Amino acid sequence: MKTRRILALILAAVLALSLAACGSAQTGKKSDGVIKVGIVNNPPSESGYRAANVADFEKVFSEANGYKVSTFYSLKNDEQLNAAQQFITDGVDYLLISAAATDGWTNVLENAKKAGIKVFLFDRMMNVDQSLFEAAVISNMEAQGKMAVQWLLDQKLPEYNVVHIQGAMGSDAQIGRTKPLDEQFANGTMKKVVQQTATWDEATAKQIVESVINSGEKFNVIYAENDGMAKGAVAALDEAGITHGKNGDVVVIGFDFNKWALREVLAGNWNLDVQCSPFQAQKIHEMIQTLEKGGTLSEKIVINEERYFDCNNITQADIDKYGIGD
Amino acid sequence: MGSLIKKFTRSQLAIPLFALFLLVIFNLIRDPSFFSIDIATNNDGNAVLSGNLISILNGASAIAILSIGMTLITSSCKGQDISVAAMAAIAGSVFVSVLRSNEITIPVLLLAFLFGCVVAVLFSLFNGILVAVFKIQPMIATLILFSAGRSIAYWINGGATPTISSPLITAIGGFIPGIPIPTPIIIMVVFLILISLLLRFTNLGLYTQVVGINEGTAHLNGISPVWIKLIAFIISGVCVATAGCITVCRIGLINHETLLLDAEMDVILSVAIGGNALSGGKFNLYGSVIGAYIIQALTVTLYAMKVPSAAVKAYKAIVIIVIVVFSSPVAKDFVVRMYKKLFKKQAEKEVQAKAA
Repeated sequence: MKTRRILALILAAVLALSLAACGSAQTGKKSDGVIKVGIVNNPPSESGYRAANVADFEKVFSEANGYKVSTFYSLKNDEQLNAAQQFITDGVDYLLISAAATDGWTNVLENAKKAGIKVFLFDRMMNVDQSLFEAAVISNMEAQGKMAVQWLLDQKLPEYNVVHIQGAMGSDAQIGRTKPLDEQFANGTMKKVVQQTATWDEATAKQIVESVINSGEKFNVIYAENDGMAKGAVAALDEAGITHGKNGDVVVIGFDFNKWALREVLAGNWNLDVQCSPFQAQKIHEMIQTLEKGGTLSEKIVINEERYFDCNNITQADIDKYGIGD
Repeated sequence: MGSLIKKFTRSQLAIPLFALFLLVIFNLIRDPSFFSIDIATNNDGNAVLSGNLISILNGASAIAILSIGMTLITSSCKGQDISVAAMAAIAGSVFVSVLRSNEITIPVLLLAFLFGCVVAVLFSLFNGILVAVFKIQPMIATLILFSAGRSIAYWINGGATPTISSPLITAIGGFIPGIPIPTPIIIMVVFLILISLLLRFTNLGLYTQVVGINEGTAHLNGISPVWIKLIAFIISGVCVATAGCITVCRIGLINHETLLLDAEMDVILSVAIGGNALSGGKFNLYGSVIGAYIIQALTVTLYAMKVPSAAVKAYKAIVIIVIVVFSSPVAKDFVVRMYKKLFKKQAEKEVQAKAA
């Protein structure tokens, strides 16, 4: 009986304390100028891209920049939803989300709106009404593919015989980066020698290129939908004694801007690498500062500015500035 | 001659060899030059062999090595280790991180491989202890590392896809200067010879089968089932490290997410195609290795036929279903009965002809 009463007392005390904590947080929010931000993202272990993305947000949303940040990482949509709801209950000022899946977010975002919390989406879009978030900063995979295809057309090669190595079928990056090239195949401006998925696997990419070489068919372009697969393809070229890169017989194109890949471009082993920028934090930081000063945002969907480097215009400084990983 | 044929058809290797033979015939009809081998000069200036046959033998080496360990585990534990590919990612990551923190020389390379081996053996032993000592079903026990393995590899790599480059790495993953055969093929052959010698001269092969067939009997005869199972996991650990390191050296890069992606399924499949019962007991290492070559030959054939990306897995599945169904006891019995029927009729006819 006695223990039960003590337990009840303790519980009551905890409850009172937590309520007090909530209260003080809400009132103290503007006085000390700290902006409370909740970030829901995929875990850094997902990929090198995600690791760079997480690091970028950690760097920009720091205490030095006037933020108090809570983060949650998961690959599962339902866990992300729970975390977002928790952040809303905790009373953050801004909620930044990179959703694991595009659906199921309407309810949570409506709750955020009711609570007066401003939502930003980054990296990935969601299937929700545009009134539910302030802005979305996203990558456009198709624009990346277009950039690569346009660069290829600008080279004015006498003919384009393309070996196209695709990523995991159905992924955003695969669909976006395949479409512009498929259009060229359909137009007849480029010839499809082989189009095959290596599911992002380097060793599989090597086998695919080996099989093209063994078939004796002519090709002069390798369009690999990420850096790893481009590296695998080049390994097959090297073993068959086919020259590649600057002044080589075969043009090599990769995506993602890994530092090691950019070094291959700098060394002239590859011709082109296209960025898939994981750096959205700075843009969101700027937009939050605008809102805090009472300004309004001009655009809802912000396409993250992305670039490419080819073997003629890349410098070491570019690699240090834009490359991801090491 | 007759008895030789009989011996062959009764052998475990009959079906896998026949499947391989059919694949070869199919490819020869489709494209007579499919198996031609050329000598090319690679970008390092070495004369090397190239061609689809070399691609198949080369590409299958990692799966073949893994299937050796898997065969032993299957035989003794009556189950499979589904974490081999994830553990290979761990071993590969350890290998790369040792290489990256030192200048790459032959002793450093050996040291890195040794580190990879030790780590892989430890992880494999973790599986082994769960299976042999705690008697957890192999698939459940290895499910732990199947799901956690690549995260551990991620942690070792620090989240990036580190690269290594050195002529020594190319020599392991590609060609040793002066030798026209891809090094992975040589490693695979040497590895297979070493393991078969080990199994033969230590009676380990026999003991493994005994444990798989009847643990109680093994125990009564003074063979410790626990130790035999643990040894199978230790050998599998070495296989895992070797396969992981070869794959890393091929490309000069470790990607914990894609290294030997889905290979565990191909490995289990090659054990099955090789005519080994997945329920343990008798085994044939060469069957499993042939199984690995069948799978790779199939993949290369599909690439050569330019099967659309999205359909590759479906085509592969169809062929595998056919092979597995034909090697099932029910189908085998059916074939034997049909053969006897035909043969009997013919014999009767001959007898009648003689009588007339």
